[in-house]
Amino acid sequence: MDHASLGWWGVPLAVLAGAIRVSTPFLFVSLGECLTEKSGRINLGLEGTLVMGAMSGYATAYLTGNPWAGVLVAGLAGSLLGTLHAMICALERVNDIAVGIALMLLGTGLAFFLGKPFIQPQAPQLPSIPFGWWSGSAQVRSALDINPLFLVGLALAPLLLWGLRTTRWGMVLRIVGESAEAARAMGYHINRVRLLATAAGGFFAGVGGSFLSLSYPGSWNERLSSGQGITAVALVIFARWDPVLCVWASLLFGGAGALGPALQSVGVTQGYHLFNAAPYVLTLAIMIATSSSRHRLAGAPAELSVTR
Amino acid sequence: MNVMSRILPSSASVPPPPLPLHHADGPPAPGLEAVAITKRFGAFTALDSVSLKLRPGTVHALLGENGAGKSTLVKCIMGFYRPDEGAVVVGDREVVIGDPRSAQTHGLGMVYQHFTLVPRMTVLENLVMARASVPAVIDWRAERRRLAAFLDTMPFTIDVDAAVATLAAGDKQKAEIVKQLYLDARVLILDEPTSVLTPDEADETLGLIRGMALAGRLSVLIITHKFREVMAFADDVTVLRRGRLAGSGAVADHTPDSLARLMIGDSSTAVPVERRGPPGRAARLRIAGLRANDDSGLPALHGVDLTVQVGEIVGVAGVSGNGQVELVQVLAGQRAATAGSVQVGGEPYRATREEMRRHKVHCLPEEPLRNACVPGMSVAENMAFRSFDEPPITRGGGWLGSWWLDPAAMRRAALDLIARYRVKTTGPDAPIATLSGGNVQRAVLARELSREVDVLIAANPVFGLDFAAVADIHAQIVEARNRGTAVLLVSEDLDELLELSDRLVVMSHGAIVHETTPAAADLTVIGRCMAGH
Repeated sequence: MDHASLGWWGVPLAVLAGAIRVSTPFLFVSLGECLTEKSGRINLGLEGTLVMGAMSGYATAYLTGNPWAGVLVAGLAGSLLGTLHAMICALERVNDIAVGIALMLLGTGLAFFLGKPFIQPQAPQLPSIPFGWWSGSAQVRSALDINPLFLVGLALAPLLLWGLRTTRWGMVLRIVGESAEAARAMGYHINRVRLLATAAGGFFAGVGGSFLSLSYPGSWNERLSSGQGITAVALVIFARWDPVLCVWASLLFGGAGALGPALQSVGVTQGYHLFNAAPYVLTLAIMIATSSSRHRLAGAPAELSVTR
Repeated sequence: MNVMSRILPSSASVPPPPLPLHHADGPPAPGLEAVAITKRFGAFTALDSVSLKLRPGTVHALLGENGAGKSTLVKCIMGFYRPDEGAVVVGDREVVIGDPRSAQTHGLGMVYQHFTLVPRMTVLENLVMARASVPAVIDWRAERRRLAAFLDTMPFTIDVDAAVATLAAGDKQKAEIVKQLYLDARVLILDEPTSVLTPDEADETLGLIRGMALAGRLSVLIITHKFREVMAFADDVTVLRRGRLAGSGAVADHTPDSLARLMIGDSSTAVPVERRGPPGRAARLRIAGLRANDDSGLPALHGVDLTVQVGEIVGVAGVSGNGQVELVQVLAGQRAATAGSVQVGGEPYRATREEMRRHKVHCLPEEPLRNACVPGMSVAENMAFRSFDEPPITRGGGWLGSWWLDPAAMRRAALDLIARYRVKTTGPDAPIATLSGGNVQRAVLARELSREVDVLIAANPVFGLDFAAVADIHAQIVEARNRGTAVLLVSEDLDELLELSDRLVVMSHGAIVHETTPAAADLTVIGRCMAGH
């Protein structure tokens, strides 16, 4: 690909392409985490879930020859880890954050262990949809080569928002997250609701992981994730627990992540690593800008242990 | 923000107009009977064969001290607990209620002392979600229409689109009651329904409830410890004492005195300690133009001006949430003031540990286990929080200074305090969280009052305690005042303030809005000031 043909225009285009491509795992993990946190529990283990999803998805795609089966298995693996998290947290005097960190290590460790045989072989990739067919420019075409999972995530966000507002399930989930006392008085089983929310959140994170290994360039290795799972947790706070805002936040983080490579492609090599650190700097900056020592975060589910 | 309009006169003596019935052709409200209910927790018998009969269409008061078994009885009726013996009869049928949801299907509804509505959701969302069956997909517009139609038949008016958190306490209480009526409760159980209301709000709410009972729409069981409300609003009364039935009958056959005797038994209570002599002339604590923000960063104190003299108790009345918590926190050093000044003994005071020690400022915050203790640390350690960094508990001189702690000295000091203040504990080494509420309160009181005290700040110091503990703690506070301590007493209990204070001020919306003396106090004026009018 010849990036120079567009000159400096290549930078915003690459950032846009990056925003779409890099944001997909962010999007799925943050939507999953949003759902889990709405129920009043935080699952920090989604980084482990993401890696586990990437591994199990890739392995399944390789063994069955069907990348979509990989996506499904990745989701199921994720919900398994989510269920484990919820079951441990349902015990007395267990802290969800500590369990999350343990599951993060368990998930990545397990994925590395089980994934060893799948580093070499090439699994079939998820097909992408060429939205750039109309353009003569190779860059534009490649930028608009969009993975269907991104579109699924895009559709999922408003669906979740609608579900949380207008379905019985969504309302119960929010009540459990806002006031366990009230939920108990209404006769809802708090642990059961949180188990389902954490399992569903794990499913989304697992699917996000399968994107990492099954979309272009499509490979499984141990350096696949660079903390997207953890960043996505911060992103949920940034998005004020609103699924649709999660989309915008994911795109922002994705774009920031694509800044370094994009600048490099047009010859700006100075500070390459600094630009690569953009998502992390952005995370810090947003956290500092949006938090306060004096008052709690607006929009935070009241039962969340970190904001109480 | 007051989003509910009050459409009825607030005085309880005016009977409410006849009510349009929700189910005009439905059956009248059933009665409720608890028959010989026994409930044990391990070796402890919380309820010993207690019976209660609520007649249809009446208001029945359930009286008793804290720990007498009122809540246990009601929880057995509502299905939170399964009684070990006994039965519950609704109407003329015996029912077995396994959980609160099935209580709802039998027409029983309960309004809890603590609000159970979800604060950040709207009244509409709360009410719809509380129903036994909610459709999988909710058509909010239709639900809104249905609720509005229902509210038209009620003597209450509510803004259904307001988030519950923005409602005033009285309006929240009404929303809780409306919720039960919306759920078709015909037998309503109210747990201390007026504890967070102003006297006017309490009268209005109870008046509406009584009106609905008279109309045959409801049978009402009210848990309370306020004799005034029993005498004014209840038809029958049942009194519990230590898990046993102490007495029951028509309210007309009782006086507040006879009820009090039933409640506390024959054991005499401590005679209240007299305030001796007038307060001193010198101002010990002077607060001027004090402003502070609450947890969400919004202004909670809008310029508080207050002076407490030597040897004076100044009572601060008010409905909770009007800045009292923030005021106490600023004085205790738990919150930064945004403007204004605090002076103790004529010197500026910023609530540092050094200043507290120098000016002998001591504090009895509300919920002491949460606000003044480290629950997991021992009684002895908690009692040493004021003194652990000075002799005799610290030892060693020279360059080590006061680094060395002497656990034996700490223990000795604690044993002395435990004996003097009659703290019931298994020993000084027990974690303070294992003590009962009254004993935690005594332990903190011992810590704060055993030293020389020039200024005492006390917030709801007897909340949730039984008669004996209340009398004890009140006596300690008055004695401190007689020794010359300037006492700032913040309380939601007006009776407590009228009994103890030399001077009484009312706090509303973060400012002092009224000042009087207990002798000259006009309850109507105080109530109006508390409500912010």
